[in-house]
Amino acid sequence: MTQKQLRIKINGDTYLMYEGQSVLEACRSAGINIPNLCYLEGVSRRASCGICVVEIEGARTLVRSCVTPIREGIEIFTNTGRVRKARHTNIKLLLANHPRNCLECDKNRQCELQKLSDDLDVRDTSYPKIRKKHYDIDASSPSLTRDHEKCILCARCVEVCSQVQSVDAIEIAERGMEAHVSTFFNKGLDASECVNCGQCLLVCPTGALMAKHETGSVWKAIDEPGRHVVVQAAPAIRAAIGEEFGFEAGMPLTGTLAAALRKMGFDRVFDTQFTADLTIIEEGNELISRIKNKGVLPLITSCSPGWIRFAETFFPKLLPNLSTCKSPQQMFGTLAKTYYAEKMNIDPSKITVVSVMPCTAKKFEARRPEMNSAAEYWRNKGRRLPGGTRDVDSVITTRELADMIRESGIDFARLTGEKFDEPFGISTGAGTIFGATGGVMEAALRTAYAELTGKSLKDLNLKAVRGMGGVREASVDINGLTLKVAVAHGLKNAREVMEQVSKGKSPYHFIEIMTCPGGCIGGGGQPVPATTDVREKRIKAVYSEDESMPLRESHKNPAVIALYDEFLKEPLSGVSHSMLHTEYSRRDLYPGI
Amino acid sequence: MDSSTRERRIAEHKKRVNLIFKKCVWDDFLDRALEMSPEDMLEKVKESGLRGRGGAGFPTWLKWKFAREAEADEKYVICNADEGEPGTFKDRAILQEQAGKVLPGMLVCAKVIGAEKGFIYLRGEYAYLLPALSQEVENFNEKIREKGERFSIEIKLGSGAYVCGEETALIESLEGNRGEPRNKPPFPVSEGYLGKPTVVHNVETLVYASIIISEGPECFKSLGTSDSAGAKVFCISGDTDLDEGIYELEMGMTIKEFVELFSDGDIKAVQVGGASGHCVPRKKFADTIIGFEGVPTGGSMVLFNSSRSMYNVLHNYLEFFEEESCGQCTPCRIGCQQLLKGIEAVKSGEKPSEYLDDLVKLAGMMKISAKCGLGQSAANPFISIVEHFREEIMY
Amino acid sequence: MSPEDLISRSAEKHGRERKNLIPILQDIVRENSYLSEEAMVSVARELDISPAEVYGVATFYSFLDTKPLGKNIIRICKTIICYMHGQDEVIRAIEDRLKIKLGETTPDGEFSFLPTNCIGHCHKGPAMLINDRVYSSLTPETAVRAVEEYI
Repeated sequence: MTQKQLRIKINGDTYLMYEGQSVLEACRSAGINIPNLCYLEGVSRRASCGICVVEIEGARTLVRSCVTPIREGIEIFTNTGRVRKARHTNIKLLLANHPRNCLECDKNRQCELQKLSDDLDVRDTSYPKIRKKHYDIDASSPSLTRDHEKCILCARCVEVCSQVQSVDAIEIAERGMEAHVSTFFNKGLDASECVNCGQCLLVCPTGALMAKHETGSVWKAIDEPGRHVVVQAAPAIRAAIGEEFGFEAGMPLTGTLAAALRKMGFDRVFDTQFTADLTIIEEGNELISRIKNKGVLPLITSCSPGWIRFAETFFPKLLPNLSTCKSPQQMFGTLAKTYYAEKMNIDPSKITVVSVMPCTAKKFEARRPEMNSAAEYWRNKGRRLPGGTRDVDSVITTRELADMIRESGIDFARLTGEKFDEPFGISTGAGTIFGATGGVMEAALRTAYAELTGKSLKDLNLKAVRGMGGVREASVDINGLTLKVAVAHGLKNAREVMEQVSKGKSPYHFIEIMTCPGGCIGGGGQPVPATTDVREKRIKAVYSEDESMPLRESHKNPAVIALYDEFLKEPLSGVSHSMLHTEYSRRDLYPGI
Repeated sequence: MDSSTRERRIAEHKKRVNLIFKKCVWDDFLDRALEMSPEDMLEKVKESGLRGRGGAGFPTWLKWKFAREAEADEKYVICNADEGEPGTFKDRAILQEQAGKVLPGMLVCAKVIGAEKGFIYLRGEYAYLLPALSQEVENFNEKIREKGERFSIEIKLGSGAYVCGEETALIESLEGNRGEPRNKPPFPVSEGYLGKPTVVHNVETLVYASIIISEGPECFKSLGTSDSAGAKVFCISGDTDLDEGIYELEMGMTIKEFVELFSDGDIKAVQVGGASGHCVPRKKFADTIIGFEGVPTGGSMVLFNSSRSMYNVLHNYLEFFEEESCGQCTPCRIGCQQLLKGIEAVKSGEKPSEYLDDLVKLAGMMKISAKCGLGQSAANPFISIVEHFREEIMY
Repeated sequence: MSPEDLISRSAEKHGRERKNLIPILQDIVRENSYLSEEAMVSVARELDISPAEVYGVATFYSFLDTKPLGKNIIRICKTIICYMHGQDEVIRAIEDRLKIKLGETTPDGEFSFLPTNCIGHCHKGPAMLINDRVYSSLTPETAVRAVEEYI
């Protein structure tokens, strides 16, 4: 179907634009940038900030270009005195209620409000500060902080939490001068439905929503003499870290990443992809076992901690459907302080495990009380690790890592690529694609197929499960069994799939769910901006990396094979269970109410 | 002149009209109206020149036409009885005394646009009207059901939010949401309540629509001026010694005529149209027409005598807006805060008097960049009071 | 009636769709004078929406209070027109009678005395609502007498 074209005028010039476009989109297509602070393509149409206003011939007032559709013959003016003054005034109004301590703000130099004030040459901030109600910074969440003082009420976070994630942990409360973004009764985020995904902070134009920082504890560990600090980097980091250093989105920089981590002073530079491969072995066997033994199906992946919290909150009855496998981050932490410690003869209490994750929910995951299997392991061997020992000690995001690289004085762009360390640095393409939506499924299918048939898939590229469709499904014939699978990313899509499971109408054997749109490459810890376009480029980087790997099936990872030989014995063994598997529990919101 | 003499004078005044509060029997009207084709009804309303009585003055027939032409399986008529504009109380009086004329207006509108469901959104402050009004609505529903009509009316109660008088905010509220005005377009006539074509009318508009259909457009059209046809119910308060505040008058009076009629003459300013309206100073009384060609009003006329501090008046209005702004858009939410803080700062000497000029510019910008009609008009009292009573604001 | 019964009965009456949220909240306020955390969570569960949304809606509206209020709620109009006719003396008289300030609730939980915006009796100001009833053309004496009707 061809879309109807409309003849419109922008600043006196005539253009042909498609029907259905907004004034803002039409102007962008014509190469005219219209600034805004609240619009979020495909997500938010609140049109609250008042920055994107333009003049339309015949209109008494200015109009908000983000929500005004074009029509035949419309005459748009984007650069009149009235428009400039209105934008200026609105920014000045926002600045009046916004702190001016940019130097202290984590968003400094990445703040949209700051950039826009500069772009629009707003120097005069003559309006006095008025903020009538003060709210303390909400630091209750292990992943995020919320600072009302910096909030400009664009409500992008509210829209993302609701429209993309269907979590609805936050909403605008009160009205007029008292209006603010609030959880239920202003209880801390941690007491709310929040799943720690951090999609809100990716879209926050200011520093009102920030990830919790752990760089300090990481430096402290690195600096401590005698401490053995190992770092693991998640698959999605390499596909995005370049963006922090001026590279185009979609440039995989695995070797550079490894080199940078080593230069920063980590004792061992490992790859979470190693435990991603391990996850596939365990989870693949779990799937086969559940099918063979008529266990609970569909089996649902469990790598994504936001998703786990979502399931615990909203679908507690379906927790038995979740794979009991820990996420690759947590498998890594456990193994680093057990198997690795023993193998290398390092005192486990001297080991610090640092994760670099694309994800803010991983900070939460590492703090889950049950994530201390290493301590348990040693206790069973008669050795007590210091109280409070976690399998993973610190979790930093891609952005925090970039900060640390800059702080180290490392010229990231000029680094020569290096390899990850053995043994946990060895991985396959199957581990790489964990970073993208559909990747865990594809990796699992590669291995399950081989496991059941004894041979590899003819084409390892399972294109049916790739892409950005919200829910994708595929069936794979394996030795007469038609394995039906589905992939969902973004929790709103996950909810849809789960509701089907809940009603007993799910036709699938296996479902992959990732919390964030695009998968981990779109995680809340990744560089900003994280537009759909950027996410798609990162996904491409992930698949190109996969294709370039000599091994692309998890079960062929020699280090994983060695791990089973030396330590775990076999998939789903007793050791595996105690080290690599976990349990979930219903999360009661607002207990006592 | 004592107040009873004044009341007699008003009653005999040539501009005094008695359409809305006239007693009449509605059964015959319903029969006549139901025989009429929707086209005829639309034509009559068009001919009458009736424009919305809530203040904005959109031609009533056009709203009906748009909603009538919109294709949808369901359509709605909403009676906006969320009368929150300070100084306005006519809708309460109409609903108390003449609910019998409001409901047929809703039916007529429904017939024209093709709606089967109507709502009265009654402000929470008027909850005490509920028992009588519910009874009235119940009887009406019953009566028209007997006549084979499928239309029915339901009352929904507001919960204390001025902004819900804005039609899209009202619709949001009816849908169970925060009463935040929507982006327009789409307008309610194409996508309103639950996304369906919806006509929202002020209580008074609906009554006039009833009257126009029942008595013919002439009774309305012959009154008023070319821009402001017909009559209007005015709410008079402030410095007047009259007991009654409600008067139905022909459109097109000057403020001078008005003040002479309703006060003892010592009036230095009239706030026309409530807190969101314009303040007219004495020197402009003679050449300011009350109507769409001069200063429009939803009915509120507040008189201030020479002893009143216009600073206090403005301060009170700005406090009102600061609190009642829905809070979603920058110009209104922070703009109102800054205007209030600004006059305080000038009064206290914290800011120089020239700062008022900055604030007038800010108010002007609010008028063109706030999202909804209420946000835009929140600047009106500021601009007009500062323009005419600058000294009072400064000292 | 237990709060849960009240809410489920109200949800039953109005329907469990989002558009019925406000009538349900109004029912609770009518019964309990305010919306407790428990009540809002129950409503959220009945309507299958998030408690944050219920809270967002409740706090938007002046009459859907989320803090405990007295059994009787006095709302006095604070608009300029009522002020012009002696509203501050009326306020003082009520404050003196109830021994609380405007904005407060009596320790015995009998009265809350709150300011409100225009209640549509400007020609008969000062005016106030006690619960759903209007009292207009107030003087300090008539105001106190009105309040005493509820003691």
